[in-house]
Amino acid sequence: MVHGEIWTLKELFVTPNEYIYWSVQIVMYPFMTGLVAGAFVLSSLYHVFGIKELKDMARFALVFSFALLFAAPVPIILHLQYPLRGINVMMTPHFTSAIAAFGIVFSTYGAIVASELWFLYRRHFVEQSKMLKSRQDRTLGESLLYLIFTALTLGAYDISEKALRKDEKAIKALAAIGIPVACFLHGYAGFIFGSVKANALWMTPLMPVIFIMSAVVSGIALCMLTYVVTMEIRKFLACRKHSPAYSPECREEIKSVEVKVIKMTSKYLLFFLIFAISLELLDLIFRGYTATKSWDVLRSVIYGKDFTSIFLLQYGLGNLIPFIIFLMPGLTLRRAVVGVILVMFGVFMMRWNVVIGGQAFSLTFAGYMHYHLPIVPHDWETLKEGLVGAVGVFVMPFVLFYFLTKIFPIFGLKESH
Amino acid sequence: MKNHVLRPLLVVLGLVALVLLIRPFYVPKDFGVHERGYMYGWYRQGNIEDWKKVTVKYQGSESCKDCHPDKIETLSQSPHAIIQCENCHGPALEHPSAPEKLPIDRTRGQCLRCHTKLSYPTSARAGLKGIDPGSHNPDTECVSCHNPHKPSLEGLK
Amino acid sequence: MISRRDFIKKATIAAAGVSFSAASIEILTPARVHALKNDKALRWVFLVDTYKCVGCGLCVKACKNENEIPYDANVTRTWVERYVITKDGKLHADSPKGARDGFTDPRIDLGMGRTEDIKTEDIKKAFFVPKLCNQCENPPCVQVCPVGATYQAPDGVVLVDRSWCIGCGYCIMACPYGVRFFHPKHHTAEKCNFCYHRINKDMKPACVQACPFDARKIGNIKDPDDPVAKIITTERVGILKSEYGTKPQVFYIGLDEEVR
Repeated sequence: MVHGEIWTLKELFVTPNEYIYWSVQIVMYPFMTGLVAGAFVLSSLYHVFGIKELKDMARFALVFSFALLFAAPVPIILHLQYPLRGINVMMTPHFTSAIAAFGIVFSTYGAIVASELWFLYRRHFVEQSKMLKSRQDRTLGESLLYLIFTALTLGAYDISEKALRKDEKAIKALAAIGIPVACFLHGYAGFIFGSVKANALWMTPLMPVIFIMSAVVSGIALCMLTYVVTMEIRKFLACRKHSPAYSPECREEIKSVEVKVIKMTSKYLLFFLIFAISLELLDLIFRGYTATKSWDVLRSVIYGKDFTSIFLLQYGLGNLIPFIIFLMPGLTLRRAVVGVILVMFGVFMMRWNVVIGGQAFSLTFAGYMHYHLPIVPHDWETLKEGLVGAVGVFVMPFVLFYFLTKIFPIFGLKESH
Repeated sequence: MKNHVLRPLLVVLGLVALVLLIRPFYVPKDFGVHERGYMYGWYRQGNIEDWKKVTVKYQGSESCKDCHPDKIETLSQSPHAIIQCENCHGPALEHPSAPEKLPIDRTRGQCLRCHTKLSYPTSARAGLKGIDPGSHNPDTECVSCHNPHKPSLEGLK
Repeated sequence: MISRRDFIKKATIAAAGVSFSAASIEILTPARVHALKNDKALRWVFLVDTYKCVGCGLCVKACKNENEIPYDANVTRTWVERYVITKDGKLHADSPKGARDGFTDPRIDLGMGRTEDIKTEDIKKAFFVPKLCNQCENPPCVQVCPVGATYQAPDGVVLVDRSWCIGCGYCIMACPYGVRFFHPKHHTAEKCNFCYHRINKDMKPACVQACPFDARKIGNIKDPDDPVAKIITTERVGILKSEYGTKPQVFYIGLDEEVR
């Protein structure tokens, strides 16, 4: 079977080699990189612009961004016909290709996030390493942790006031460099699509900007969601009498902090959401107004074949409803959770409508292709490029996040600044 | 080391050095920029030779002449002279050694490629003799009546 | 009448002038200069005559066998499209199985198992258009390959390195002509290469040889005595989708505005 044939249905005049070659994993790829970029920008709002209300969120977002960072290249690798040859991108990069920059930009970005994390947690590493070293009867797990923390100190044990102030400066600088790099990382994911001149739907210089804006929106939404879930777990532990974290008065305190942070963050979410929607509508209006050769087929896809997924699911359910939810006075936690889940769904649908929608019509402009997501896998291809693969990629950062918090604790860390 | 702030940078530089170190062992020697420059000519030169080495399957009617002059002679008298032997007899490859016998395509479909009547103005197809496959002896192979090497109606079997 | 001596003198001056003006606007590497001086300057081009094509699909059959594309796989390096324009101005077009078995049915294939009947008397014009890789002078598929696994050979043919392709599919997306696909067995990007193994052995591409009606021709545009080059340079020929700026090197006689 030809790659892509199993999930593609052709209608009317489609040339023989056309299939939906870029399937659900290519939808996941900009979605996941978007979450990375968004989470990082959120954390930088505190570090660079000193928005104090986001302090609690900042550290959280940074660690989460790091977890997402490992998950972001997975969809691309899963979609490659030769995943192991992926290293060729680093070995013989062809920079006239937008994808070639992936290795370089992505690694640069990874290095920045990792360094920032290192400065943020250096004191913790040193303390842990010293504490574990002094312990006489270490278990195997503790010995392993000792090795990890010792390696993570990179041999720098100076945690004097002076050294820590230097750390803070470095964090600020890295966060500042990180914002343009994060935007570049995601803007260039938009460029991968926007620069394909053969694709009438993708080719627009607005694509990178639209991608950045929706990336920030989805990143903020995911951080808010994960933040609420984590806080709820803490609250749950705090009110369980047998739990070691039990403290009756602490519970209300946690809740008030939580609501304050969520309210603050949702304002930024709305700001970026408005920007993203405006750009998308501008693109649509412009295409309709200029009505070039491809408009006939694009119109039939946008207002016809894909109407439900564009106007009902993406703009309606994913943008309009959360917009109303956040604008209505008296935001509660429950409403906020519903809102951010819808926002993330909206951004996912936007990626879907770009990637799959861009392949919904033939190069002949006289035929259509319909995509059928493989739900039940029956071979390797439908497993990795089907529902199972996509869900796996989405779950991955949460699992990673759980393990990362063992090394980078989010709460109960001694304040360094 | 005095300044701990530079340590992450050293780690990064170490990784870059590692990639650069692996590269010469991983990338083929003849990989580089060629005639068309970096944009269109960034490749492994040996690949051009790889493509030239692909086995030729269709040898052309010229190669049939020596052993089958009679067939060529008959065919040359007919309008089917323009059709390559291998279009029906299959790719010759190393024939007569391998394969010893060629699989001949005697199907109705092979004849209908040209002889389904399609009256298309501005296309040469309209000028070809054609039938309606649905009504013209639909269950019979064409070759049971027509001789492809002598397709004129006098050649009817 | 111009004397022989005069002619040679003028021709030499003209030739020198042409090469000088070309050289002055182009930065030449030593290898390129060598190639230009060499008499064997080579740039493969293709010529398709849509008036001659009858849609028999023997080219597709030969191509699939010659280039080891699994015969029953629904992808092909070359294919033939049918265009039927009816009196109401509507376009009806198809290419069932890439015309591997030719066009043996007057009905138009609409996909998803449906067909459309068209009355002969309603047809205003109808014709066949063979398609293959355009071996563009500015190939967008090569531009977007992230690893240098596809490239333009010095003779203009765009090739794919099966041992280096990572299978990302970006080249497939970038081609405005839909000539690329993933090879069902090798799982790397695949495309027409004018039968590179044949044209380098002084043979014609399999599709050119198989065509009974001379609808397909291959030539060298840099050779002034080449019959195909003569047609392309002296007659009215068209190219596909010029708006993409890819400078395709497959030329068409009898191209219609409706051809996609």
